[in-house]
Amino acid sequence: MAIAKKAVVWGLFAAGGTLSSFIFPALIALFLLVALGFTPDGLQYEHIYAFAASWLGKAALFIVLFLSLWHAAHRLRVVFHDFGVRKDGLIATAVYLVATAGTVMTAFYLYSIN
Amino acid sequence: MSSQPYVRPFSKTTWYMRKGRYKVYMLREVTCLLVGFYAFLTIAGLAALAKGPNAWISFLVSQQNTAMIAFHAIALLYFLFFQTFAWFKLAPKAMPIQVGGKNLSGQYVVIGHYIAWAVLSAFIFWLAGVI
Amino acid sequence: MTIRQLELEVMRYDPEKDEAPWFQNYSVPCEEDWAILDAINYVKENIDTTLSYRWSCHMMVCGSCGMMVNGEPSLTCKTFIRDLPDKVRIEPLENFPIERDLVVVLDDVMQKLHKVQPYIIRKDAPPQDKEFKQSPGALEKFKQYTMCINCMCCYAACPQYGLNQNFIGPAALALAHRYNLDSRDQGKSQRLDILADHDGVWDCSFVGACSEVCPKHVDPAAAIQQMKIDGAMEWWKQKLGFPGGES
Repeated sequence: MAIAKKAVVWGLFAAGGTLSSFIFPALIALFLLVALGFTPDGLQYEHIYAFAASWLGKAALFIVLFLSLWHAAHRLRVVFHDFGVRKDGLIATAVYLVATAGTVMTAFYLYSIN
Repeated sequence: MSSQPYVRPFSKTTWYMRKGRYKVYMLREVTCLLVGFYAFLTIAGLAALAKGPNAWISFLVSQQNTAMIAFHAIALLYFLFFQTFAWFKLAPKAMPIQVGGKNLSGQYVVIGHYIAWAVLSAFIFWLAGVI
Repeated sequence: MTIRQLELEVMRYDPEKDEAPWFQNYSVPCEEDWAILDAINYVKENIDTTLSYRWSCHMMVCGSCGMMVNGEPSLTCKTFIRDLPDKVRIEPLENFPIERDLVVVLDDVMQKLHKVQPYIIRKDAPPQDKEFKQSPGALEKFKQYTMCINCMCCYAACPQYGLNQNFIGPAALALAHRYNLDSRDQGKSQRLDILADHDGVWDCSFVGACSEVCPKHVDPAAAIQQMKIDGAMEWWKQKLGFPGGES
């Protein structure tokens, strides 16, 4: 069967693109609020910790971060191609490694919050 | 004298400068840097959260400066136009829907995306205690 | 009738004489309701008989008069001078080798159109002594893709085809999708092995230019995204050992 492995990363890219399109504006807005000094109640330590410690919170954070990372990685690979960089194998390895590292870090930190 | 078909040069590094629609496409594609940046910023937040209350507070404080305010504000606008709205606009192409044997206009799919986005964003803000 | 003077800047290339293409200017007295093709025909008939270009029907059916008009891939028989400035630059379709003047070499896409198996593939025997039945809704699913006239404007608009000539490209992929969506067809998984391989749908980065320039309002970009979803699902089906999807 000749379906290229790109099918898998493309699936992650599309899912991550959809999720990040829906969620990241709110996420960036929250970071903006924090930067402005208005830390909302839900971002106070106890509340955000309780959220990240709950199974639902863990699942939501993991899925959003995992897919967004792979979305970014795959699109960055295409951006390199579009800018004329022709070492696709090397770039693919690099960007997917960073996405994997981010995914592992996410899993590790979520695991240690309980 | 060449006596053969002429192949016009195609710049692999600057092709997107030739046309407006290619430039818009490139502006859309580089949003991946913002997605990556905010994913890792959130992971840094998780790391601080895992460390303890003091680390979390230092993380929040480290975010409070004019540079970050400006960056977030610009990033938010850029992200809205070149990722969220661009993604919603193209979404109906990937998911054609038929109702009663007629192709549904893509507009409805786009509107559905905007409604879902508004609801989801409101939910996140409610969860974060903003509203 | 009103006459409008149009300055045509036409790309010329004679493989027997020229090292590289060059531009020749023609001043053409046009009638207001002319299409660019009329202006080019006027040049051929009244000014310069050596100009080479392809055309046949002059009514958006044959698909042979595709050219770059002011940098935009266009069917010259439906590009009207009333919508254009007084100075118009005519070039052969981009991303293709130039055979002569405005004539390009299309061998590559012709091969690709063949490669995607653009015909109904049956695994079961076709109905005996009667026709296939298809509901209007089932026809509606793929009808827009049947409108393609192979003018190849989409290939001229596609930067990914420019970057990688092995990419199967918009029209051929849209044509493949047309058969994938046809309720009479059973060749989807067989076709997907070609479409979802290297140089297939994954080389598309959804620039969307193909759909924007299509003079027949076909949406190859949509077809390709839908096939990417099919390809991604099929990959998992095969990995997880489900029987190959058919539809």
